[in-house]
Amino acid sequence: MTLRLLDLTVRFPDGRLMFAPLTATVHPGQVLSVMAPSGAGKSSLLDAIGGHLAGGLCAQGQVWLNDRRVDQLPPEARRIGVMFQDAVLFPHLSLGDNLAFGLAPGVGGAPARRAAVEAALAQAGLSGMGARDPATLSGGQRTRAALMRTLLAQPQALMLDEPFGALDAGLRADVRAFVFGHVRARVIPAIMVTHDASDAAAAGGPVLHLAHAMSLAQPGPQS
Amino acid sequence: MGAPLYAVTPGRLGAAAALGLVAALVLGPVLAGLWGTLRIGVGHLPMLGAHGPSLAGFKTFWETPGVGQALRLTVITGGGAGGVSVVLAFVFCALLHNRLGRRGLGRILAPVLALPHAALAIGLAFLIAPSGWIARLIAPLMGWQVPPAVVTVNDPAGVVLFVGLVLKEVPFLMLVMLAALGQIPLRAQIAAARALGYGPAKVWLAVVAPQVWARVRLAVLVALAYALSAVEMALILGPSHPPTLSVLVWRLFSSADARQLIPASAGALMQLGLVLAAFGLVWMAERLVAILGRHWLRRGARAALMGGLTPVAARCMQMIGALGLALVAGAVMALGVWSLAVRWPWPAALPTGFGTLAWETAARGWGAALGATVFVAAASTVASLALVIVWLEGQERLGAVLHGPRAALSDVALCVPLLVPQIGFLFGVTQAGVHLGLTGGYLAVIWGHVLFVFPYVLIALAGPWRARDPRQERAGAALGAGPLRRFVAIRLPILLAPILTAAAIGVAVSVSQYLPTLFLGAGRVATLTTEAVALASGGDRRVTAVYAALQSLVPLGAFALAFLVPVILHRNRRGLRGGGVLA
Repeated sequence: MTLRLLDLTVRFPDGRLMFAPLTATVHPGQVLSVMAPSGAGKSSLLDAIGGHLAGGLCAQGQVWLNDRRVDQLPPEARRIGVMFQDAVLFPHLSLGDNLAFGLAPGVGGAPARRAAVEAALAQAGLSGMGARDPATLSGGQRTRAALMRTLLAQPQALMLDEPFGALDAGLRADVRAFVFGHVRARVIPAIMVTHDASDAAAAGGPVLHLAHAMSLAQPGPQS
Repeated sequence: MGAPLYAVTPGRLGAAAALGLVAALVLGPVLAGLWGTLRIGVGHLPMLGAHGPSLAGFKTFWETPGVGQALRLTVITGGGAGGVSVVLAFVFCALLHNRLGRRGLGRILAPVLALPHAALAIGLAFLIAPSGWIARLIAPLMGWQVPPAVVTVNDPAGVVLFVGLVLKEVPFLMLVMLAALGQIPLRAQIAAARALGYGPAKVWLAVVAPQVWARVRLAVLVALAYALSAVEMALILGPSHPPTLSVLVWRLFSSADARQLIPASAGALMQLGLVLAAFGLVWMAERLVAILGRHWLRRGARAALMGGLTPVAARCMQMIGALGLALVAGAVMALGVWSLAVRWPWPAALPTGFGTLAWETAARGWGAALGATVFVAAASTVASLALVIVWLEGQERLGAVLHGPRAALSDVALCVPLLVPQIGFLFGVTQAGVHLGLTGGYLAVIWGHVLFVFPYVLIALAGPWRARDPRQERAGAALGAGPLRRFVAIRLPILLAPILTAAAIGVAVSVSQYLPTLFLGAGRVATLTTEAVALASGGDRRVTAVYAALQSLVPLGAFALAFLVPVILHRNRRGLRGGGVLA
C-alpha cells in the first residue's frame, strides 16, 4: 500500500494557492511528518487527501493509493482514515458503539462484531469499558479509542491531524508509541501534521516543511 | 462571594424570592386555569347550580355530532403536520446549511417566522381558493368562465390546514435546528464519519440527527402541541363540518348558552389529553428509534441509503422547499395586492383598479386595532423582557444552586404555557380573572400575552446572556462602578443586539395571539389578529387583506428595528456585531 501525492495543493475560492504544490510518496508502514506554523494549511492538506475540504476550498493535483486514483472520489469511497486532535468520538454513542460504528461491514454477524470491538478495546487498554460514555474518558484513552475506531474500518492510509496536540508531555510519548506501532503493524502509509518537532522525531519517517505558495506576492493565507 | 455554597444570605433569599415571583406570574395562571377548567369539566359550576363531580360533561361533549371525525381530523392534520415538519426541517438544514451558512438561512427564515399564523393563513386562502390568485392566473389556460367548482380552502380532509401548519412550523424548527447545529463540531464529525466509509445521508441520520434531536426536543413538542391545538389557522383554513377538535371546543366556549361551558371544558380537557398522549407517543418513539438505531449502527452497513436514490430524494426535497417558499411569498403578495385592489373581477390576473380605497374606508377600524395591537405587544414584550432579565439575573445570583442543567431545567419549566394547549386552560384563567376583576381589560390581555411571550424571550435571550464575558463587568467593578452602573453602562449595551432580537420575537409572538386576546379581553379588546380572523370568514377580501397585511407589518417592523438599531448604534464596534439571529 503506497500513498502518492502529485502536485497537490489547495485553492482558495479567489484562485490563490494555500501552499506550493506538493509531490510525495509515502511507503507502507511509514509516517510522513508535515511541519508548518499554524495557519499554513496543514489541516487543509489532510482534508484534500481525505476529501473533506469545505467552505469553497478545493483540491488541485492528484492523490493515488497504490494504483487507484482517489482524489475524484467522495471521502467515504477513498478508504483513508482520519484522526483529529480532539478524537471526535461521537458523544451520543457509547465507547463500544463508537468502535462498532467504525468496524468494517465485512465482519458479519452480531457476535463476531461484538468480539471484534471487544478485542479492539482490549488492544487500546480499555477492556470492559464498552458501555462507557466517551465524555468520561481521559485524553489518552480518547485518542487510543479514536485510533481503534479508525483502524476497525480497515483504512488503506491514515491521516493524523495533530492527534497528540491535546495530550500533556508525559502521556504524549505513550500514546505516540501506541499510534505509530499500529501504523507499522498494519503496514499502511500515514501522514501526520504537527508543529511539534518531537512528534516528527518520534514518527521516525521523513519530515516535510510546507512551503508558502512562493509565486504569489500576496500576504499570507488566512485560516 | 465569601459565603459557603448553600448558605442562606439576604442576597440569595432576595434572588430566590424574585425567581419565585417570576415563576408564579408565568406559571400561576396556567395552573389556576387548568384547575378551573378541570372543575368545570367535571361538572362543578355553582353559578349554574351544577355541583360535580360528574362525567356528564364528557358524555355530552362526546355526543356532539362529528366529534369522532373531529378527533381523527386533528390527529391527522396536527400530528401529521408536526411529524412532517420535523422531517422536512431537518432535511432542509442538512441540504442547505453548507450552501447558505447559518446566517444566510436565518435571514431567509426570520421573516417567515415573524409572519403571524392568521396572516399566513389568510394570504394562503387568497392564493389557493377556487377564486384565488392561482386560479385567476391559470383561468385563461383552463378556459374557466367561473371559479372552478372544487373545494380547496376548508377542504373536509384538512389538506390545506395541514399545508398551512407545515409552512409555519418548518421555518421555526429550522431556526431551532440551526442553533443546535451550531453547538456541534459538525465539520469534524462529518469528516470522521465519512472517513469511516459512510455516505452523507447515513452520516446525517446516524451521527448528526441524534445530537440535534436532544437539543430540539422541547421545540418539537411546542410545535406539535401548537399543530394539534391551533385555533385560528384551523378557523381560516380548516374544514368546518366537522372542524378540528380545538375549533369544536372553541365553538362551545363561545356559545351564548352558558350550560355549554361544562361540555366545552370537558372537551378542553380532552384536547389537553390528546396533546399529552402525543407527547407520550413521541417519548416512546424516541426510545424505540434509539434501540433500533443502535442495532442499525452496530451492523456497520456502508451501502448507500435508499438504494442510491439519495440524490433523487434530495432533488425532490429541493422542489418541495421551493414550492413552500413560493407559497409563503405568494401569500404575502396576495395580502398586499388585495389590500390595494379597488376592483378585482374574476378572472383578471391583477386588479383592474389599484388604490387605497380599502385602507381609507377601514381606517377607523384598523387604526384602533393597530393601536391596541401595538400597545399590547409593546407592554407584554417590555414586561416579559423585564421578567426574563430578573429570572436570568436571579439564576446567576443563586449561582451555586441553580446553574448548568438545573438552570436549563428551570427554563423548561417556564415553557409550560407553550406545551399546554391554549384552549385547555384559557377559560379557567378567564374565570380566575373575573374573580380578580381583571378579565375584559387590557391588563388581563397583556398578562395573558406574557404567558406566551415570556418563554420565547427567555429562549432567545438565555444563550447570549449566559455566554457573555464576565471579565468585562469585573473590569467595570474594579474601576469603581457599582452594580447599577455596571448593568446600565456595560451589560445592556453589550447585550443590546440579543435583547432587541428577543424583543422582536416577543412582539411577533404577541401580535399573533388570538385565543388569549379573545378569552382575557372577553371580546372587548380588538386587535388586528382578532379582527383579521373574524373578517376572514366571509368579510370583504380587500378589508381583510388590510388587517392581515398590517398584522404582518408590525412584527416585520419590530424585526427591522432589532436589526437596524444595533447596526447604527454599533457601526464602529466590530466586537459587538453578531449577537442576534439577524445580524
